[in-house]
Amino acid sequence: MSDSENWPLYEIFIRGKRGLNHVHVGSLHAADDQMALTHARDLYTRRNEGVSIWAVRSEYIAASTRDEKDPFFAPSADKVYRHPTFYDIPDDVPHI
Amino acid sequence: MTEAAGRDAEHDLESRFEATISRDQRIEPRDWMPEGYRRTLIRQIAQHAHSEIIGMQPEGEWITRAPSLRRKAILFAKVQDEAGHGLYLYSAAETLGIDRAELTERLLEGRQKYSSIFNYPTLSYADVGVIGWFVDGAAICNQVPLCRSSYGPYARAMVRICKEESFHQRQGYELLMTMMRGTDAQREMVQDAVDRWWWPSLMMFGPPDDDSPNSAQSMAWKIKRHSNDELRRRFVDMTVPQAAKLGVTLPDPELRWNEERGHHDFGTPDFSELKEVISGNGPCNTERIERRRAAHEEGAWVRAAASAHAAKQAARAREEAVA
Repeated sequence: MSDSENWPLYEIFIRGKRGLNHVHVGSLHAADDQMALTHARDLYTRRNEGVSIWAVRSEYIAASTRDEKDPFFAPSADKVYRHPTFYDIPDDVPHI
Repeated sequence: MTEAAGRDAEHDLESRFEATISRDQRIEPRDWMPEGYRRTLIRQIAQHAHSEIIGMQPEGEWITRAPSLRRKAILFAKVQDEAGHGLYLYSAAETLGIDRAELTERLLEGRQKYSSIFNYPTLSYADVGVIGWFVDGAAICNQVPLCRSSYGPYARAMVRICKEESFHQRQGYELLMTMMRGTDAQREMVQDAVDRWWWPSLMMFGPPDDDSPNSAQSMAWKIKRHSNDELRRRFVDMTVPQAAKLGVTLPDPELRWNEERGHHDFGTPDFSELKEVISGNGPCNTERIERRRAAHEEGAWVRAAASAHAAKQAARAREEAVA
């Protein structure tokens, strides 16, 4: 297959309705951004699943490494004082 | 790293993978996975995607001959859904590091398969109804458990697909109910279609458990959740009361309710026929692949033109940015 037929891969994100975040739903191939959006509409919103679409070339996505035990996430694991349950408050203190 | 250290690291990754599976958590694309797991998934997801795409053909043949505008619009939407399902699945397969152009090539070269059921011809409009009822019904039995498959992207594609399959099955059954309320000739068409599609539909669940070489490993990896025979039994139990309500007879003299087991007893499909159809000798195998190849080749200029257009637009945008 020639290169001209190999359209780049796009990742598709859909906002289900106003007030919600865009959520990743899958990928598709398209020749350009405009086609990525129309294909995404036909493929991922045939039944009113979305009010807004983002299409991003997959190669432009930066991602953390694949290991779920990655030290990259360590700074969040060892700071228990970031959670409300870390603090002892007597039961009879209201609304806290 | 020494060879021994490399083996230890590999062993570590493998036990972490096994632990994720046994905790019933999902494996995601960038996780380490055994080569066999990746290979099995690519094979299964691709086969599933190809089935959706080839599956557009038997029913697609009736779009121009639909009996009313209503039926035509419904059938159009259904066939479009099949295309969509194929694309969700190709998208899932691509997360495993394979390109979908490569998958299409493998299909056309006969190196990857698709469901045996789509190698049977659609002889009347009643076939459209029976396909929705049986084939999509069987697909639902197969696919609902796959929504909990261990591979995240596959499971998520299945959730999306299952939501849409229900429309497919219901439109089929409703079509048949309409025909059953019609003339004697229409009722005969329905019964004829039921007679032709029943056994091939039971074969969709694959060979019997004791002759299904990949099943045990797939179940251990939680790619598959239930055995072929278990799903087949579930489909029969589900379909028998629907057939009674519709007023058709399922063509199996051994079919009866077994009070003791709480399931139906039923005959054994002709698995030699399944083998024949899978190995390329079904009534429509050649036609289906030829049609797929023609669509691919005849569409080549459209893909090339879209690329040329995109390149031209991009060049123009660059010029304007400079100016």
